[in-house]
Amino acid sequence: MTLLSVRNLRVSFPTRQGTFEAVRGISFDLGRERLGVVGESGSGKSMTGRAILGLVRPPGIVTADRMELEGQPILNLPEGRMRRIRGRRISMVMQDPKFSLNPVMTIGDQIVEAYRLHAGGAKPAARQKALEMLRAVQIRDPERVMGAYPHEVSGGMGQRIMIAMMLAPDPEILIADEPTSALDVSVRTEVLNIMDRLVRDRGMGLIFISHDLNLVAQFCDRVLIMYAGRIVETLAAKDLHQARHPYTQGLLNSLPRLDAPVDRLPVLQRQDSWREGDTITQSLETEFPGGL
Amino acid sequence: MPPAPNGRAAARRRRARSIGGTVLSLVLTLLGLLLVTFIIGRVMPIDPVLKVVGDRATQAQYDAAYQAMGLDQPLYIQFARYLGDVVTGDFGRSISTGQLVVDDIKRVFPATVELATLGTLIGVLIGVPLGVIAAARRGGVVDQVARVVALVGYSMPIFWLGLMGLLVFYGILGWVGGPGRQGIIYDGMIPTVTGLILVDSLIAGDWGAFKDAFSHIILPASLLGYFSLAYISRMTRSFMLEQLSAEYITTARVKGLSERAVIWRHAFRNIRIPLITVIALSFGSLLEGSVLTEIIFSWPGLGQYITKSLLAGDMNAVLGGTVVVGTCFVALNLLSDILYRVLDPRSK
Ligand SMILES: Nc1ncnc2c1ncn2[C@@H]1O[C@H](COP(=O)(O)OP(=O)(O)OP(=O)(O)O)[C@@H](O)[C@H]1O
Ligand SMILES: [Mg+2]
Repeated sequence: MTLLSVRNLRVSFPTRQGTFEAVRGISFDLGRERLGVVGESGSGKSMTGRAILGLVRPPGIVTADRMELEGQPILNLPEGRMRRIRGRRISMVMQDPKFSLNPVMTIGDQIVEAYRLHAGGAKPAARQKALEMLRAVQIRDPERVMGAYPHEVSGGMGQRIMIAMMLAPDPEILIADEPTSALDVSVRTEVLNIMDRLVRDRGMGLIFISHDLNLVAQFCDRVLIMYAGRIVETLAAKDLHQARHPYTQGLLNSLPRLDAPVDRLPVLQRQDSWREGDTITQSLETEFPGGL
Repeated sequence: MPPAPNGRAAARRRRARSIGGTVLSLVLTLLGLLLVTFIIGRVMPIDPVLKVVGDRATQAQYDAAYQAMGLDQPLYIQFARYLGDVVTGDFGRSISTGQLVVDDIKRVFPATVELATLGTLIGVLIGVPLGVIAAARRGGVVDQVARVVALVGYSMPIFWLGLMGLLVFYGILGWVGGPGRQGIIYDGMIPTVTGLILVDSLIAGDWGAFKDAFSHIILPASLLGYFSLAYISRMTRSFMLEQLSAEYITTARVKGLSERAVIWRHAFRNIRIPLITVIALSFGSLLEGSVLTEIIFSWPGLGQYITKSLLAGDMNAVLGGTVVVGTCFVALNLLSDILYRVLDPRSK
């Protein structure tokens, strides 16, 4: 079933040198699956996520032929209606917990706020829910963490708190924007596993943004490869090593591999032709699982 | 799970040490202030002995007074004596009023405090919301208006605004009381408790006196409030802009919070702490910097007292007043430092 359907999404910014298009006409569908979005820095991954949530600030302009959440158009909705979608139906986990949590509010208050905004109810019930969420992300002493401030927890804990907070109102779609890039490798796996389990248990759709191709291949069902604001290739994660687009191949070749060690990793040679041209699709079935 | 007891003790030691450091720097600042006032008192081309004995005294009388005042002692002993005097609240006698300087200050300082407090109150109550809204709607109408208001506040000479205010609101419209703190019929009618007439008249339950005092203070306080507003609104705006571009603000929006909650509950909470310092500094500058206002409005405050004493060459009074203003500044800094510690969870 298709949760989110996007056609020809564009995000542009007027600048002194003319209009800059950060996202240049991308289309995809998201079902109850884990969809990876991979691309180098500046390729428009975060802008895509923000555009879906209606959080591109002026002077940025968002256009699309279609942007639907379960069949309901959500493009350029009035703020009031968009607010009922944010957090409640689509949520987002951000990159760095150090800067993404309010430094002068207790963690408990921040989770309770996210939950009560959509579920309502009394404070004690919301507190119970927050504790439950903290336990679900394997925080060992949730009672203490509830009263702690963000600077008093580690980066890995912060990221799990962020996940707990964004999942508390039980959204249908979670956008995770490089949720683990600030973490070291051992913590990263732990956080990813927690997120994976929660997303799977709740039957949510996940958009997982990353520049780490290996990680995405392990963790996702399907991958979109972005380059300069476009999707250059889309394929099933298990088929990643049969990628046909030279950019994807380049990304793969520039990763160290245990099974084929080389003295020096090749440097990606970018080509102008990648900026334009069609999306390479493995099969229509994998790109649009629900059919078109 | 309580933290290990020795961890808590260490935290307490750390806090004690940082408070000790603050107090030490406070004492050093005050010492520096007293050193400066002491030196000014010695290098001024005013002969303190002559001021006491008068210019028809004989040489013998002059020498006796010179010794009695300790001026034959080495400078460090004179300074030590000066310190001792100041600490016990002895600033000497004012030559122009014939009273102890301490008593003079007790009389005039509350007038300045009352004016500065009301001025700061106006500056905060209007300046803070104005700055917040200007930042939230950057480039919008409110932002433009706030910019002009602040610019005018920075660039208008206060004596001109004061005279114009008196002319329009007192002379032409008659909405406010004229110069001074009180109308003649209420003068001396209210028993002094705090020295703040607004407060004292309420304590005495004299509603008429309160209204009279209010009609006198409102114009000069609005004037000072305007300057304080110009500064506070600009600072609030720039603090807010910095916070609104932070990542946690995006998090708050992702949660689906209303813009009002994002601004007041999230961003504003983070600027309360630097804002306290700004407000304290603004209050301090009104305490020392309202000289022109006090003169225009015949406000019997400390600024006017110091200025008159200076013109009369009354150094005891000038230095005494200066020490009081300086001490207030230091105390305000200490206060904002303490509030900082209480309000910012990161400083614990
Ligand atoms: N306010 C803005 N005005 C102009 N250009 C912008 C603005 N915000 C972002 N951009 C541009 O949009 C492009 C896409 O940005 P985006 O944040 O989506 O990149 P990204 O793929 O998430 O990169 P990263 O991996 O570094 O996070 C960038 O080239 C950036 O310079
Ligand atoms: Mg990004």
